[in-house]
Amino acid sequence: MIVLLTLALLATGVAGTVVALTADPQRQAVTLSVYGLLLGTVFVLAAAPDVALSQLTVGTALVPLLVLLTVRTVRRRSGGSR
Amino acid sequence: MSRRARLVLFGLGAVGLAVLWVVATGGLPPVGTDVHPYRDAAVAAAAAHATANVVASINFDQRAVDTLGEETILLASVVAVTTLLRPADDERVEPPDPPPAVLPATRVAGWALLPVTLLVGADVVLHGHLTPGGGFQGGVVLATALHLLYLAGSFPALQWVRPTRWAPLVEPAGSGLFVVTGLVGLAAGAGFAANILPTGVLGAPLSSGTVLVLNVVAGIGVGASIVTLLGQFLRQEVVIGPEAAS
Amino acid sequence: MTLTAVAWTVAGWLVVVGALGIVRSRNLVQTVVALSVAQSGTYVLLIAAGFQRGATVPILGAGGAGSTPVVDPLVQALVLTDIVVSATVTALLLALTVQIAKRHGTVDPDELRALRG
Repeated sequence: MIVLLTLALLATGVAGTVVALTADPQRQAVTLSVYGLLLGTVFVLAAAPDVALSQLTVGTALVPLLVLLTVRTVRRRSGGSR
Repeated sequence: MSRRARLVLFGLGAVGLAVLWVVATGGLPPVGTDVHPYRDAAVAAAAAHATANVVASINFDQRAVDTLGEETILLASVVAVTTLLRPADDERVEPPDPPPAVLPATRVAGWALLPVTLLVGADVVLHGHLTPGGGFQGGVVLATALHLLYLAGSFPALQWVRPTRWAPLVEPAGSGLFVVTGLVGLAAGAGFAANILPTGVLGAPLSSGTVLVLNVVAGIGVGASIVTLLGQFLRQEVVIGPEAAS
Repeated sequence: MTLTAVAWTVAGWLVVVGALGIVRSRNLVQTVVALSVAQSGTYVLLIAAGFQRGATVPILGAGGAGSTPVVDPLVQALVLTDIVVSATVTALLLALTVQIAKRHGTVDPDELRALRG
């Protein structure tokens, strides 16, 4: 359990680095989703199922979806006027 | 400021933060210790009000006023997003394009999963005082359930089913009912958002007093605000276009 | 490496790397996502602070409190509500980004020199 939690924490740190330093926002939506999943795993292993449920619904589904929709709208807008 | 100067400045700040961080966390008790005074107090208080899920007890009973504050942040964000994303004068609302061809399997899966997901969301809200879950998580599940229809390629059906028109009215209603529940406690002389209902037996479906009520109220509020938010962004992408200039 | 060292380091690292993402970003959408990464560092910090070895989830069995130790539910309540509320604040920032794209035709922070009406 402790070993798993430690490994999940390390994986979360790596995934967070990838998300923050990905330049293309469209790819970022995907990596953010994976990051949310890993963060949810950390919460499950740390005996926090309430938080994991919250993180999985919001961090893995909702926020990446909002990011993707924004990327598409922004691309249409800034591509059209330049 | 040039990018290089900005990065150098950031590096200095990061090094300073790292030093402070090591000093600060060095003084903390190790992770996994068994000394948790807040835990002991919160568990005793939750057991006293027959709320099996201690986290729900904290959110909706012990610090319900703070949760009301969070509901208010939610409400403010939704109002701001709705204001920012309304169609501007130089934009027009187009009828949505016919939905792109979706695999029949995807469509069937979308429609079949809709009732299942709605049931799961309602279950998460209604059993929030017993099992992991509650108004915040269940509200998000309920709101995303409706958007399975978009996945199923049916934006018109989504516009019909999704309560876009009344969702913006339901969100403040959720927050308002939260305040009303709190005021009832005040009127009963027990203080704002005090748990005045009979709390029942620990673990029973109808237990925990106002925690169950506030869970449902928060579920309505959160669900409606997520529906509104997603609706605004979807509309921005699907039906609002710049005027003839494009 | 002990759990303590890993937990505190990862929490701090997420905040710093999120800030680095903000500083380096060439696109306001990326800025918003990096901010949410920085924010999640605080979740790791709080959840780690409430963790206890061998303790179970903070849900009381029919026997009531006291039989087995549970992890600290207070930090979980803090993190839980913040995750949902931060998502709506992220949505607000993304809506601002959409508006900037409409008004200025770009979302590169370096190209947004002056505020225009």
